[in-house]
Amino acid sequence: MLGFILKRLAAAIPTIAVIVTLSFFLMRLAPGGPFDAEVDLDPVVKANLEQAYGFDLPLGAQYVRFLGNLAKGDLGPSTTYPDRSVSELIGDGLPVTLKVGLTALAVAAVVGVIAGAAAARRQNRWPDFAVMTAASAGIAIPNFVIAPFLTLVLGVYLHLLPVAGWGDGTWRYWLLPVFALAFPQVAAIARIMRGSLIETLGADFVRTARAKGVKEHRVIWRHALQPAFVPVMSYLGPAIAQVMTGSVIIEQLFGLPGVGRYFVQGAINRDYQLVMGVVMLYSVALILLNLLVDIAYGWLDPRVRAK
Amino acid sequence: MTLEAEIQPQATSGKPPLGLWALAFRRFRANRAAIGGVVMLGLITVAAIFIPMFWPHEVGAVSFGALAQPPSFADFHWFGTDANGRDLFVRVFFGARVSLAIGLVATLVSLLIGVIYGATAGYAGGLVDTVMMRVVDVMYALPLLFLIIVLVTIFGSNIFLIFAAIGCVEWLTMARIVRGQTLSIKQREYMESARAIGLSHGKILRRYVIPNAVGPVIVYSTILIPINIIIESALSFLGLGVQEPLTSWGLLVSQGAAQIDAAPWMLIFPGLLLAVTMFCFNFIGDGLRDALDPKGR
Repeated sequence: MLGFILKRLAAAIPTIAVIVTLSFFLMRLAPGGPFDAEVDLDPVVKANLEQAYGFDLPLGAQYVRFLGNLAKGDLGPSTTYPDRSVSELIGDGLPVTLKVGLTALAVAAVVGVIAGAAAARRQNRWPDFAVMTAASAGIAIPNFVIAPFLTLVLGVYLHLLPVAGWGDGTWRYWLLPVFALAFPQVAAIARIMRGSLIETLGADFVRTARAKGVKEHRVIWRHALQPAFVPVMSYLGPAIAQVMTGSVIIEQLFGLPGVGRYFVQGAINRDYQLVMGVVMLYSVALILLNLLVDIAYGWLDPRVRAK
Repeated sequence: MTLEAEIQPQATSGKPPLGLWALAFRRFRANRAAIGGVVMLGLITVAAIFIPMFWPHEVGAVSFGALAQPPSFADFHWFGTDANGRDLFVRVFFGARVSLAIGLVATLVSLLIGVIYGATAGYAGGLVDTVMMRVVDVMYALPLLFLIIVLVTIFGSNIFLIFAAIGCVEWLTMARIVRGQTLSIKQREYMESARAIGLSHGKILRRYVIPNAVGPVIVYSTILIPINIIIESALSFLGLGVQEPLTSWGLLVSQGAAQIDAAPWMLIFPGLLLAVTMFCFNFIGDGLRDALDPKGR
């Protein structure tokens, strides 16, 4: 198991190095610098600014400086939000993003697995059709369409929930964002869980267990559930990536003060430092989370470790 | 399942047996959801082409007497007007042009890149294959929408750049599929027999490799079109995609979401049309998959 973990870790490190390097060069070689405002700056001021941020150094020296700063957790200054560093902005937004994102992921896993298992146990009867219809809707319709509709009904017509904003950060403010973020993943996980449990329940070892006279609930809990989880586990990596990208849209839509909102503002204002900082953070987070998923996968299914 | 039942009578009836495509077409035609999807999508496409040409209101025309007016049949504002008094009916179908075009063109770009890349990796094999697929693995690990946003940030949100940016990022799965197909086809017995009877490489490619690889590619393309439409919509929704005076479903939904309490129809109609289109593509994709790859069920 330890060897397996080390091997996965060794594969993740070069990926992270490539991302960091690519980010730096994309940022520096992109047309239009951060100080190309609509009003031309005085050349002296511009030169001073470039010197202050080290843009006048040769590219190689800039890269070394960038790596040094990165090691200290410094992602550089933001040009969209003057006086604030990218690290500060990310630090500001991260608690909100994490709270909404992780809750959505947990909800998706729990609800998706239960709904999928329920559908599989009552295959081709109404609970199955209900779950599968909702799942097709969740997969087909993007969440930036579903979420405004929910806001319209629950917020505007019924006045049950606030339409947008973070307010005091209580559950009333994050219920809709979490739902909007979780729904497509609930749908996908329910579909996978249903298919996988149906397949497992048709497998020979389940037939053997039943033939031995093992009680039905024990067949499911003891024999079928663990192997049925394996495909769900392998979907968790993509699910995390989708929740990450989804959170950008949902934060924008509901006006939540998370990382995604700063990211979009940065992209609109061509704030390379901010955009690249967020992309690097999210890519590294995604790779590390995938590593965790891989390890959990290896623990759940010993065949994976052997490969 | 029903496949044998379809083939059996033909084998005995003396008529030439149906080819891959004729059989696939039969199976597809029998799938009601898929046919419904094709019809509905056809209607939307025709409407997208002709309604902006013949509708009494022009796309950008402003009626100052009818700002954010609810839907009404009287003055041809069937879907109402937006906050600037522009007719929403014509805007929704004008936006359909942009959304559908982006879905198609971006998919073609990713198809081109993916097929060439995947086939090269699969044919070359060995170290070339390993390195090429390792690159795909690395890119897979990235959140792709973010990558597109980076490209749009750097190169600006010109509509053709959006086509290219989406296509340049969404080819990964296509490359994997084509590579897998190429690898498995390379080892088939009919390939050996084709080589044994002395067919040229070109003929082997045309007669054996491409027809056998093309099924999954078509199926994945129909899955990719709605994905690309959604990506464009998401970009436009964030203000990073199509810019006014052009419009797309994503931009319309975003404007609708901003006016949600004052003019909910601005959200409802483009949102509904986008959702219907997504369902159509899903049904068609499922139908094609079942038709071209009956073993896959």
